Parts: sequence; C-alpha cells; structure tokens
Amino acid sequence: MRLASGLRWIGCGDPSGSDPRPHLTFRVLVGIHAALAKGYGLRIVIIDDSGARATVLGEGLREAGYDDIHVVPPRGAFVARLERMAPDVVLMDLGNPSRDTLEEMLAVSRALAKPIAMFVDQSDDSMIAAAIDAGISAYVVDGLRKERVKPILALAIRRFNAFARMQADLEEARTQLADRKTIDRAKAILMAQRGLSEPDAYALLRTSAMNQGKKMVDVAAALITASDLLGGTP
Amino acid sequence: MTPIRIAFLGLTDAAVLVAAREKGFARAEGLTLDLVKDTSWATLRDRLVYGQVQAAHMLAPLAVAVTLGLSQQPCALSAPYKLNVNGNLLVMAPTFAAALEPDVVARLCDPLATAHDFANAIGLHHRKPVIGVVHRFSSHALILRYFLAEAGIDPDRDVVLRILPPSLMVEAMRAGEIDGFTAGEPWGSAAIEAGLAEAVAVGERLWQRGVEKVLGLRTDWMEANPETVDALLRALTKAAIWCDDPANRAELARLLAHPAYVDQPAALIERALTGRIVARQGEVPVDLPDFLLFAREATPFPWQSQALWIYSQLVRWRMIEAGDDARARAAAVFRPDVYRRALAGSDAPMPGASMKVEGALASPLAIGAPRGAIILGPDRFFDGRAFDPDRIEDYLAGFAVP
Repeated sequence: MRLASGLRWIGCGDPSGSDPRPHLTFRVLVGIHAALAKGYGLRIVIIDDSGARATVLGEGLREAGYDDIHVVPPRGAFVARLERMAPDVVLMDLGNPSRDTLEEMLAVSRALAKPIAMFVDQSDDSMIAAAIDAGISAYVVDGLRKERVKPILALAIRRFNAFARMQADLEEARTQLADRKTIDRAKAILMAQRGLSEPDAYALLRTSAMNQGKKMVDVAAALITASDLLGGTP
Repeated sequence: MTPIRIAFLGLTDAAVLVAAREKGFARAEGLTLDLVKDTSWATLRDRLVYGQVQAAHMLAPLAVAVTLGLSQQPCALSAPYKLNVNGNLLVMAPTFAAALEPDVVARLCDPLATAHDFANAIGLHHRKPVIGVVHRFSSHALILRYFLAEAGIDPDRDVVLRILPPSLMVEAMRAGEIDGFTAGEPWGSAAIEAGLAEAVAVGERLWQRGVEKVLGLRTDWMEANPETVDALLRALTKAAIWCDDPANRAELARLLAHPAYVDQPAALIERALTGRIVARQGEVPVDLPDFLLFAREATPFPWQSQALWIYSQLVRWRMIEAGDDARARAAAVFRPDVYRRALAGSDAPMPGASMKVEGALASPLAIGAPRGAIILGPDRFFDGRAFDPDRIEDYLAGFAVP
C-alpha cells in the first residue's frame, strides 16, 4: 500500500500497527521524516569496503539533496544489517564478490515483501550499459518510479567514473615519478662515467631509446642494471 | 580474427577456456579470446545478459534460471556445450566431521551412509551447521539438498545454507562464519590444505556424471552468429581433449595457477585434474579417476535430459512451479542441435539421441552413434534412483516431501 506522502510500506505485515517487528515501524517513521525534510524519502545504502569511493559517492548524493544514505561494508553478517535497514536503493560495486550473497538475501528476505530488481528500467539499455561500464550494480525496490531512480543511478555512474579516473591519474603520477627517478639515476651514471653534462646525458639516453625503438625509462633501467653488474657507482 | 569476450570465475573447471586461449586452439579457428575474470556469478550473469561479453563459464542451473526469469533480468540463454562434468567437493570443519566415519575412503565411497552420519552430526553439533554454497542456482546447491534430504534432513530447516562466492569460502571458514562448504575446485582442496576442513563428499560419488559448468550464450547472439559459434565450439573441443590428456595435466595446472586465472598454487589445482584428492590434511590422496571430466565419453554434449533434471530439482525445492511451458523452456536451454551442427565435420563423438535416462548406467556402456560408438561412463545417483525425462512427475513423487 502507499502512504499519503507517496511512501510505500515495505514489509509484509499490516501497516496499522499490529506488526510485531519494530524495525518496520521505525523504517516508516524515518522515511516520513526524510520525506518531510527533503521531499525525497529514499533510503540509499552503498555497499562498499573502499572508504574513498563510498565517500565520493555519498557526498555526491548528499549534494544532490538525498540525506538518508548509509554505507555498509560487505563483511560478516552484512546482509542482516541491510535487511533491517530496508533500503529503497542499494548501490554496489560490480566487482564485489559479495553480490551473490546480497542477491540471495533479496530472494529470500521476508522483511522486504516486494522483490528488488536490478537497475532502473530494463528498457533503458544505454543507462544499463553505462552502469556496467562504470562498474556499478544497483538494486531498486520494485515499483519505484524510474524517474525517481534514474537521477541516482546517473549520479552514481558519474561519481564512479570520476573515482576511477582519479585512481588512474594517481597511478599515472606514481609511475611518472618512478620513471623520472630511474632516468635521473641513469643520467647521473652517464655524467660520472662519461663526463657528460646533464643535457648531453639526457640527449644520449633519448637518442639510444629512439634508435632501439624503446621507451627512455627502459633504456635507463637497462643502463642501471648493467652499471650495477659491472660494479659501477650506485 | 574474430574477437570473443568470455566471462569466467577463477575455478579449475574454467580449464577448457584457458587452454583454448593459451594453447592456440582458438587462434587456429580464427578467434581471439578475451577472458574476463569475475568474482561473483551475479556479475558474470549481468555481463552476459547485458552484452558486455558474448559467452560465459556458467553454472548450468543458473543458465536455466536466467532463462526462466528466476534470477534478475530474464533473458533467453543457450548452452550448446558443456565445459566439464563433476569436479566439486563438500568439505566440513574437522570438529563437525569428527562425528562422521573416520576412514575417509569409506566415507567418500559410501555417500548414502555418510548422509545418515551427517544427520547425526547435526544433532551433535552445538548449533545448526552453516554450510557455504556458491549460488542458489548451482549444481552444488541442488546436489547438496538432494544429499541432505536423502537422510531426512530438511535443507531449509535443519541447516543454514549461506551463499558465498567460491573465492571467499576459505576465509569464511577461517573466520568461523561457516562450518563447511561445497564449491568447485581448487577451493575445497585449499581449505583442506590449510587444515580448516576435510572432505565429506565428492560430487562424482553423488552423481557419477553430474552436470556442472556450461558455455552460456545469449540465444539471440548465438542465432545471429552461427559461424563464430561453430568456430568456438570446434576450438573448445580441441582444448578439452588437450585438457583430458594426462600428459598435459602439469602444464594445465601451471597455466591455471596464473594470477589472471585461478591464482592458487599449481600443486593444489593438479589434485582435481589428476583425481588424486587429499581428503584430510597430510594424508595419502584418495584416487578418484572420474573426479573431473572435460572431453572423454562425449562430456561436452548437452543432453537435454540433464537440463530437465535441473528443472525437476527447481520444482522439487519449490523454486519454480511445475508447468509444461517452464519445462519446455528449461529443456531448450541445452542445444544439442547447435553442438551437432558445429562439430559435424570433426571427429568429435556425436550421440544420435538428445535425451537419455539419467542415472541408469551402473557400468560403462557403448551406445550407437552416427560415427562409430561412444562409451558412456557409469552415471548413477548415490541413492540408485534414475531420472526418466519423460516421467518427471513420477520421479518427483518418489521423494518424500521434507
């Protein structure tokens, strides 16, 4: 049934108050509170054990006006905790091995009377493709209007992609730093052994790399290895 | 070269896919295989259903369940090729197994007696045992339920079945979250090697030729790309023969051990490949030559009677209501017609029939085939029942309702 605020009763008991499970009543009260406060009334649970990604996603959702957001790490009896929370939307990393455990809970849960279906709208293939590419799986209480869920998924896709880019940039920066250190060491060896100036040592490394069709860092690493083997300066 | 992306889980029975790629069988057929490793069946299923991959290393019951709309987005899937037969272990913590037959050879070779011992062990255990199972729609789950129910154990009441992906089982044992589990190799052996568990039952002794992983394809993609499908099946057939050859087992174990595939020690992986299973840490291996089959006895042939056996179990455990439509759709997931078309020009064994009575053979039998004869191995169920695909209702009526 639907309450006046547009909230659905989540649970299989009688909403008039005879339900013996207090968490359901609690859920409705919290839901009404959220609906009054922000007009959304959607409880979103992010299942994630990477603190950073969950933070990035949670912040994005809060900025967009959703304020009933919880992060649950997928460990131990996390499904029991999730079941008690009775979420409307569950977001989870596609690569998380606990997805099968979550889906089993969704299949057998007695607290969640309505089946939860993955994704927003099965006819919207481009959004589903974007979600899979971004590495997101989303579970939504069945019957939730798609226009209410789409913005959440769109935001999650953007945030997941941004997070992945951030990680990639960080990785690239790390690699660049390591490469530069290797090249600097090779330059130092050339300067010491061949009496070259720094620009000449650099130019020699670059020319050798071009002639051999290799990356400069690889030539530099080979030079360092050779120098070490020959007992050169460290 | 035609690229094909195939999703798989890090299990020993992904061997045929790995060999097809690493030993050049795919390339020889003009295919480039891109193997995508996943850690959950849900993600593997989504990649296949939403078209991120063209094929998947799939639990046979999951392919049936997705087609019948029982596992998230309904999608017509087809299995024209079985990637293996058998290969699973049920392992339990030593404290629980202490109440079972102590001689592990006797324990493994007489599963009916072990099932009854298991029922007693539940009574002696300090609480309901929690058993890790890889997926509700897995052959592991269906066979475990069958095994328990035979001794009067209600799998939904007397034990807790906890769904966990295979790669998390050993850690869950270590953390005491589960008392045992059933999974594909090498995960049972990994738990035994760590001293966390001992073998209680082997799949091969519960159903001697048990359906396990299939090559899952989306039916629409399969029908739109017949030449690619045929080339893939030819490549897999050659890879399966290579995998079954005892001379190649050590190399196969090394290939699978790579971090991109199973990411476990080769010595552990080799146990399932050779059928020399260490049932308890530090003990002499038990010889189980039919532990895991890839090619012999026409293993890859998708008998529709096996899809129907899966359907019968879904009905038995009330995961679906019996119905002519569901039964027909379940049977149609297995596609012997595609297998025959793809391998028509090869010397692959080709049964003439598409169905057989499952569990009727106590000893090897030669059957007639368009090209020569095929030897079918013994395929009995541990309780001696046979499954006649034409008499599913009678078969189901023979089981006591738990």
